[in-house]
Amino acid sequence: MTDQEHRSILGRFFAYRESAIFLALVILMAIVTVFAPNFMSGSNLYLVSRQISFVAVVAFGELFVILTGGIDLSVGSIMGLSGVVAAGAMAGGQPILLSVVLGLATGLLLGFINGLLISCVRIAPFIVTLGMLSFARGVILIVTKGWPITNIPKPFLVVGQGDFLALPIPLWVMIVLAALAHFVLSRTAFGRRTYAIGGNEQATFLSGINVRKIKVVLYMISGFMASVVGIILIARFNSAQADTGTGWELDAIAAAVIGGTSLSGGSGSILGVIIGAAIMGVIRNGLVLMRVSPYWQTAVIGIIIVLAAVLDRIKNK
Amino acid sequence: MSEPLLVLHHISKSFPGVKALDNIDFHIERREVVGLLGENGAGKSTLMKIISGVYTPDAGEMYWQNEKVKLKSIMDAKERGISIIFQELNNCPNLSALENLFLGHELRTAANLVDYRAMKRKATEIFSYLDAHIPLDTPAGKLSVALQQMIEIGKALLADARLIIMDEPTSSLTDKEVQKLFQIVGELKSRGIAVIFISHKLEEVFHITDRIVVLRDGRHAGELTTSEATQEELVSLMVGREMHSFYSKRSKEPSKEVILRIEDVSGPPYLDKVSFDLRKGEILGLAGLIGAGRTELALLLIGAEQKKEGTVLLQGRKVDIRSPWQAIAHGIAYLSEDRKTKSLILQMPVRANITMAIHRAVSGALGTLDRKKELDITSHYTRILEIKTSGPEQLVNNLSGGNQQKVVLAKWLATKPAILILDEPTRGIDVHAKAEVHRIITELADNGTSIILISSELPEIVALSDRVVVMHEGKVKSILEKDEISQEGIMSKVFSA
Repeated sequence: MTDQEHRSILGRFFAYRESAIFLALVILMAIVTVFAPNFMSGSNLYLVSRQISFVAVVAFGELFVILTGGIDLSVGSIMGLSGVVAAGAMAGGQPILLSVVLGLATGLLLGFINGLLISCVRIAPFIVTLGMLSFARGVILIVTKGWPITNIPKPFLVVGQGDFLALPIPLWVMIVLAALAHFVLSRTAFGRRTYAIGGNEQATFLSGINVRKIKVVLYMISGFMASVVGIILIARFNSAQADTGTGWELDAIAAAVIGGTSLSGGSGSILGVIIGAAIMGVIRNGLVLMRVSPYWQTAVIGIIIVLAAVLDRIKNK
Repeated sequence: MSEPLLVLHHISKSFPGVKALDNIDFHIERREVVGLLGENGAGKSTLMKIISGVYTPDAGEMYWQNEKVKLKSIMDAKERGISIIFQELNNCPNLSALENLFLGHELRTAANLVDYRAMKRKATEIFSYLDAHIPLDTPAGKLSVALQQMIEIGKALLADARLIIMDEPTSSLTDKEVQKLFQIVGELKSRGIAVIFISHKLEEVFHITDRIVVLRDGRHAGELTTSEATQEELVSLMVGREMHSFYSKRSKEPSKEVILRIEDVSGPPYLDKVSFDLRKGEILGLAGLIGAGRTELALLLIGAEQKKEGTVLLQGRKVDIRSPWQAIAHGIAYLSEDRKTKSLILQMPVRANITMAIHRAVSGALGTLDRKKELDITSHYTRILEIKTSGPEQLVNNLSGGNQQKVVLAKWLATKPAILILDEPTRGIDVHAKAEVHRIITELADNGTSIILISSELPEIVALSDRVVVMHEGKVKSILEKDEISQEGIMSKVFSA
């Protein structure tokens, strides 16, 4: 015990799993600032933080699922469909609150279907959510015929475009959801069980824990988080687009992985996911500011994902 | 003495916490069939894995055809002429019989493509020699176990093996298939090939071998010429005479009150009308070989598997337990036979593992875990079970096997069970920890907990049990009262046809 007490502040900092990637983020920001000093401008940071919060919230849901060794490929499509449902309701004259609730319910329902197929019919998460990715996107196209839904009520736009205490509202949404998710994962029996399933599913089951029920709830959480972002994005863009969310599942998984989440389950944290999302956001933004071709962004993100996994492997050895 | 093919000299091998083989001498000659006998955990598999190059011994020498060798791998052994056929057959179920036969040694055409024609010719030759009719194009997974075994034997012949090790080859064969296998062993012998035959079935060993070697607790326990040996001699060599003295004594007689009654319970995979009673404060031993259905019965009792038929009565009332959480609610706890894969979350701390099955009791409002309650329970069990940890936050991964097992015990004791099913509670832990676990089991029973003890270690069953249920191939063979319990008694019930 005395060892721990005598440890320096630096030592205590490095005791956290997230410290290494946090350091990476700080270094990254420093490099970007050197090459593109306007990175640190208030208006740029405002934009970057808003973009990061969208990805981070979707990745929170992904984290819950990945912690048990699962995967959710359908978050992008669930975002899109939830947005279309909410926007459609608003455009059709329904009250804003009801429309939002309908959008969130869409996310919960699709997550519930994912969870049911995975834990009760026992189909691999990859297959189930790949199917849902395609199905939900198909429904969007059937409903919208590929056209955007406009006529979003003005008062709702503040959710995506406004700010509170000088910070963008999506960032506040992220902070609230992060606090909530962190609390659930670190303080509740449900969170403990989520990590336990990822650590050893059979032992968890034999310890008298209803693994199936928990898995269903986890996919619902993932669907819910995706729908929150889908709904905020219609306020951000003043419309619901048929292609909203396309490819976001990869960003969400990437944020989780860069943030130190193990794809085999059992380890990962909300803080790590936020840092992971931030690293991706800063790289994208930095490359734009440095006038690097947008084609390079995609390639660089790919390198970062693999690099993060390599570092994690080395650290665990 | 004819020509020795293989000679092992003072071979030893340890695994963390266990001395698997201690100073073993072994030899086999050309054309000889040697039976290898021993209880579960006696070291048979370890010895065979050393001979076939899977493990390297810690100490000792190995001579192959009078030449000192150090086998580097299973491939190395195979190239020298030693082939092993594992109990779990290692084939690729999706590939055809032919492809499996030549896996890794495919014949090539001049253009370096797989030469199916030549392979078919060779395969037909080998299988007709073995007198086996194997459809060469059928995926191996669709063939019977007996035919899959023929493919393995064919592989050994293809590799020009001079020694073939068969690890419990008859465990899933029908009587007719066993006869066929014996014929083939005879054929191999006449070709000058030596065979090491591992089996739990004494009659088979008597039938087929020339010589029998018995292992016990990793040591060479004795050796008999088959034609001169008797069944009694073998059994007493296998179980050993000396009784361990460190078993704790019961201070109380179990009561007559029946707490759990199982009536004609059948279920997957092969449990067949199992019936017995468990009394309050009793230690009921479940004895039998691996595959007798003891673990399967336990999984069924806690609802991890569903029974097909039969009734379970708990204190006289019929219960239908369909999940582990219902079992816990009914006061039944099950310590599984494999602590690493089925009991512990290795990368979680001691505290989280101990409270794993009692989340409700340590939760406050909103389902939040009460850390103080968790720590209290952890320190309580750490103290009474004498678990050696650096603290409640130590990861169980870093504990010794014995302490890990105590953490699992703590997890189940924390549920305050009326019935505790212990499946191999002392597997892979050292002698001292074993004695402590035995003391804990005895104390629990003295305090009124009813215990079902599944163990492959006969001395443990004999010393601790008030009564013993002997199971074999999914059936209850016999129930022994206290004064009838002995290792010989149990073994003879297991082996009686």
